[in-house]
Amino acid sequence: MNRLILLATAFFILVSFKPDGGYKVGDVATDFKLLNVTGSKISLADNKVAQGFIVVFTCNHCPFSVKYEDRINDLNKKYAAKGYPVVAINSNDALQYEEDDFDGMVKRAKEKDFSFPYLYDETQAIARSYGATRTPHVYIVQKEKDDLIVRYIGAIDDNADDVAAVKQKYVENAVDNLLAAKPVSPDFTKAIGCSIKWKK
Amino acid sequence: MLLFILHLLFLLLPAEPVQEVTLEQFQTRVIQHDNDTLYVVNFWATWCKPCVAELPYFEAAGEKYKSQNVKVLLVSLDFIRDKQKLEKFVVERTIKNEVMLLNAGNPNLWIDKIEPEWGGAIPATILYRKGEKLFFREGEFQQTELDSLIQTKLN
Repeated sequence: MNRLILLATAFFILVSFKPDGGYKVGDVATDFKLLNVTGSKISLADNKVAQGFIVVFTCNHCPFSVKYEDRINDLNKKYAAKGYPVVAINSNDALQYEEDDFDGMVKRAKEKDFSFPYLYDETQAIARSYGATRTPHVYIVQKEKDDLIVRYIGAIDDNADDVAAVKQKYVENAVDNLLAAKPVSPDFTKAIGCSIKWKK
Repeated sequence: MLLFILHLLFLLLPAEPVQEVTLEQFQTRVIQHDNDTLYVVNFWATWCKPCVAELPYFEAAGEKYKSQNVKVLLVSLDFIRDKQKLEKFVVERTIKNEVMLLNAGNPNLWIDKIEPEWGGAIPATILYRKGEKLFFREGEFQQTELDSLIQTKLN
């Protein structure tokens, strides 16, 4: 009997541990409870009225993240009222980049007047479950009964360097599709970015 | 005489430290079926701290294996507008490996053409020989690790 329990436990650990797979479009995403820059802990479930969320893995130090700060703010201003607010998460190991620590997040959120929650994934568990690898890395999730379904994974748009030269606004396009009850296309894109700094 | 001196000066001038390349130019360069050169291609940028940290390992490898048909190519993904900053970096750090600046437009369209498994985070490293991809990694290297990887691909 003991052996059976041991086997079952081993199997459970095996199936629940996804080393670098993360979510694919269509998967059920986990909720979380993480510390916001305001000092309180936040879960997606706290927001009862949202239809879904634009979850953005980002950080303070990465030049690509910095390039996108205003655009992330604009996304929230445009889509929060329509039912898709932005929730930003920093999962970087602050030992490797001091400015990515919680104090750095509070400072940045103030400086840039972030209109969205900016959460600290100190254990990196959420970045690992989602499969985020770079910053910024976006996951759009849609509420379906009690679940959060992943509808889009990827880049914010097609030009990090020059907002004036952007041709494809991938995240806006995805949310617009969801709001119009249309399939999201493209639902997966790639971008260059800083790697998420995992704890050693 | 003047012409001769000018010619001499021209020869003494260092070559352009960084060559800007399109995706096609980059691919033609590493996918050469007719020679035995092992291409060690490292994708990096001056703004990427872990990339800069591992650059010396690629420099050491380029020097160590240069007589063994190994070519280390440092492909920078700096913003095109930062080319001068990149060139300054290359000159100041006396980077000996060839440095290219990839100007390929929308990353969502070209990352998969280079490597479908690559999410886009840097550093990333690919080894090619005769147009064949021998190795891919999204992530950093330790010096001994890079050295033994090249050794195994040479044997």
